[in-house]
Amino acid sequence: MKILFEFIIFPGFLFTAIAGMIFSWIDRKVTARVQWRQGPPFFQPLYDFVKLLGKETIVPSSANVTIFLLSPLFAIASTTLASVILWKAIINPQSLFVGDLIVIVYLLAITPIAVILGAGASGNPIASLGASREMKLFLSYELPFIFSILVSVIKLHTIKLGEIISYQQSSGIVFNSFSGAIAFIIFLLTIQAKLGLVPFDMVEAETEIASGVFIEYSGVPLTVHKLNRIMLLFVIPVFAAVVFFGGNFLSIVAVLVLIILIRNTNPRVRIDHAVKFFWRTCLIGSVLAVLLALIGY
Amino acid sequence: MSVPIKLKALTKSIWVFHAACSPCNNCDIEILDALTPRYDLERFGIQLVGSVRHADALLVTGAVSKKVAERVKRIYEQAPKPCVVIAIGSCACSEIMFRDSYNTCGPVDKIIPVNAYIPGCPPKPEALIMGVVKLIKALRGV
Repeated sequence: MKILFEFIIFPGFLFTAIAGMIFSWIDRKVTARVQWRQGPPFFQPLYDFVKLLGKETIVPSSANVTIFLLSPLFAIASTTLASVILWKAIINPQSLFVGDLIVIVYLLAITPIAVILGAGASGNPIASLGASREMKLFLSYELPFIFSILVSVIKLHTIKLGEIISYQQSSGIVFNSFSGAIAFIIFLLTIQAKLGLVPFDMVEAETEIASGVFIEYSGVPLTVHKLNRIMLLFVIPVFAAVVFFGGNFLSIVAVLVLIILIRNTNPRVRIDHAVKFFWRTCLIGSVLAVLLALIGY
Repeated sequence: MSVPIKLKALTKSIWVFHAACSPCNNCDIEILDALTPRYDLERFGIQLVGSVRHADALLVTGAVSKKVAERVKRIYEQAPKPCVVIAIGSCACSEIMFRDSYNTCGPVDKIIPVNAYIPGCPPKPEALIMGVVKLIKALRGV
């Protein structure tokens, strides 16, 4: 009973969805202000959500119906579970198990896989083009992502998420060292790709390939996919703040503002440029950060 | 009974899809102009989407030619209901000087049902916004 409450209400699905909608509104409002315009009202993500629920669901005839309709559910279930583990670690640092950090990394990796499966199952060649881009991008950014988290693990000598938070509160945050700063910068770039934001949003490029992976989705499955993207916009900055800043509330907002500003000042890059960037610059930088952490800087 | 409620929920966040049916492209330039930050349609919840399956409103421009007539019908069927259709420009409302042409198939409302007409050659962005506001008021039942 308590587990159901934690998964569905707090800090699970309802809390993450509402917080994600607030973060998504902050994102759209800051984007609008940067472009010298007004921007949507506060309840706009809620209006979008309610409107999408009322549309009819069309499944194309050449699609694999089961995987097409189930893959958004996999994505949102894993994002909700990652959020529950993260917030339980923040609220009660002693209550989790060894290796919960690894579980969160695995859960955050299920969303791209579910997106690829759903796009492949939809039977549209444009969607398979988007799925191939998502595969290449996912294979490129996952390794620097894991190496950046490894820097924090090495510096604090622990892999429990609760202990990462409490050690940073007592002995200074990971960002305050050379290796931590380099690792945070690379982490910021990889989560731009993980969230599907500019400059790495070629997966669901709107004007270029007609919404890529989500082209055949409509109605309730599209609602679930969009809600998943919004919830990731909440979960991943909180994860970045926990790993690099010790769960400070101001740092969550700072990470979000950095993501929004990078999103507003950059064009979209090509997929081969993105793959080269992650495998060359980001990987070398993150390996450098790991070596610096091992030495002691 | 449920369709009017869904249409009311749709008026707060309209996602538009641009279906150009052999226009001269002036109306398309005006549509693009209306979606720029100067007129800021995002504060009404209006967004441009890339796929017709995400669309709530089809912006149809141009005098529909014979080749594109069946495709417009297919695009209309691919949009998930409830969906509104807005005919933009005088050629889409009623082909002004192309009505006896060898190539055209009649104005848009001979092929798909239209909810709003915005005349003009091309209509200014202010006229587009006024047309959308009138459509929203009509959908809300005011």
